[in-house]
Amino acid sequence: MAILVLAEHDNVSLKTDTAKVVSAATAIGGDVHVLVAGHDCAAAVTAAQSLAGVSKVLVADSAEYSAQLAENVSKLVVELAADYEHVLAAATSVGKDTLPRVAALLDVSQISEVIEVLSSDTFVRPIYAGNALATVQSLDAKKVMTVRSSAFDAAASTGSAEAVNLTLSIAARTDFVSQALTESARPELGNAGIIVSGGRGMGSGENFAILEQLADKLGAAVGASRAAVDAGFVPNDLQVGQTGKIVAPDLYIAVGISGAIQHLAGMKDSKVIVAINKDPEAPIFQVADYGLVADLFEAVPALNGLV
Amino acid sequence: MKVLVPVKRVVDANVKVRVKADNTNVDTTNLKMALNPFCEIAVEEAVRLKEAGIAAEVVVVSVGAKAVQEQLRTAMALGADRAIHIETDEDLVPLSIAKLLKAVQEKEQAQLILFGKQSIDGDNNQTGQMLAALTDMPQATFASEVKLDGDKATVTREIDGGLQTLSMPLPAIVTVDLRLNEPRYASLPNIMKAKRKPLETIAVADLGVSLKAHQTVLKVTPPVDRKAGILVSSVEELVEKLKNEAKVI
Repeated sequence: MAILVLAEHDNVSLKTDTAKVVSAATAIGGDVHVLVAGHDCAAAVTAAQSLAGVSKVLVADSAEYSAQLAENVSKLVVELAADYEHVLAAATSVGKDTLPRVAALLDVSQISEVIEVLSSDTFVRPIYAGNALATVQSLDAKKVMTVRSSAFDAAASTGSAEAVNLTLSIAARTDFVSQALTESARPELGNAGIIVSGGRGMGSGENFAILEQLADKLGAAVGASRAAVDAGFVPNDLQVGQTGKIVAPDLYIAVGISGAIQHLAGMKDSKVIVAINKDPEAPIFQVADYGLVADLFEAVPALNGLV
Repeated sequence: MKVLVPVKRVVDANVKVRVKADNTNVDTTNLKMALNPFCEIAVEEAVRLKEAGIAAEVVVVSVGAKAVQEQLRTAMALGADRAIHIETDEDLVPLSIAKLLKAVQEKEQAQLILFGKQSIDGDNNQTGQMLAALTDMPQATFASEVKLDGDKATVTREIDGGLQTLSMPLPAIVTVDLRLNEPRYASLPNIMKAKRKPLETIAVADLGVSLKAHQTVLKVTPPVDRKAGILVSSVEELVEKLKNEAKVI
């Protein structure tokens, strides 16, 4: 039976997460359809049509779906669910908001943050912030799951799926009021290929400027440990760790971070980890591929000069 | 207005868990347990609503073995008025928890249900949204600000890349994120006082909810250990390794 993938988009562009979830769907095997629920979202539809492995793009274009609210988008997905054995979405703020509602309405369990597909009903997912991996077999007739996109490669843009317009418009009682996206030239923590993170060793919020310079040079995002956030150096939304963001960039540069369990849980799946810390005993060196025991206030500007 | 806060007992966030040798689960024997950090933020928010004169009563509820009463007492020491313990020794999936909570809500008729956005053990991030679906309530997940005005809630949410504000009629479900507040520490007098606050225990069977098995955990394994890295002696060597060996810059 077919697989339905809920597209991750902002009405204007399709997010890479969708291409990655399509890869997960392809690994399950079956006809892959993508649902684009939004408003004036033609560009996102076109992008979805081009994803390799997708045979059909369902388009629910209505003002009701403009903000992609969980309340009514979940009902839309449930209306379509009869034709599908799997319903997938990226484990993003939209997917995590919407899919549990879908699962509950279908009276099935949800499998969250899948990182590996073993068969059409068996999946691997991290628990305890990645300190353990659970292999879970679904007993439900329909499998509803969110996919951690960093664990899958993006599907190529070589497809040409047909687009089918849906006329289902379902209202929500929730009103969209406003949205303020962080205007930053730097990439988002969740999607960044490189992350430069600072810890308590930074000493102050002002000192983060040297990390920002390095980040800008590398096209990187800036992160922080909980210690740096708790000390008031930087806002909470920069926090990488068990209770913050869980990231897996190609390169993670930990500066002045000791490596508390809390922090390691959020970044240890990074492909390459660099640690710069003046304490050679810091636990961060146990997970670092490259460790440099040095004063960060000398090492970071030097690094900035060389990259 | 009544606020209901479902909470969970979890392994303390500062404890590193290990997988059991037989790969059936993580070993939680003798580990320090705590109120799930996100649930603690939800309790704090509910208590602040009461202190602000908006909420009349804060009720906490937890599903689990007898030991969860410890966390219910903690929540009451933080300021919750009373607690409900739904007793079961079974390890239930979020959907089953949501069904039990639905039965509690039918009785309690809370106007606002505050959840932590996820528990730090199962990392499911589902229960609040599922209860919202089962009760057909509006929801706002990952809240960093909650404002109540009459029968309306206006909630600012942490979404990927920024903030989003939604408004919705009550009753509604809000799941909370880190930035919402900083929970207080329970004072000793409040810890003592919490021991005398009402705690009702209900057996799962008495809620009249039929639950079923949804999934089997085939095994739990430790993540692949990272290979031991190397120490470099200078920034120059680091840059050279990153460029030529790791090829990441």
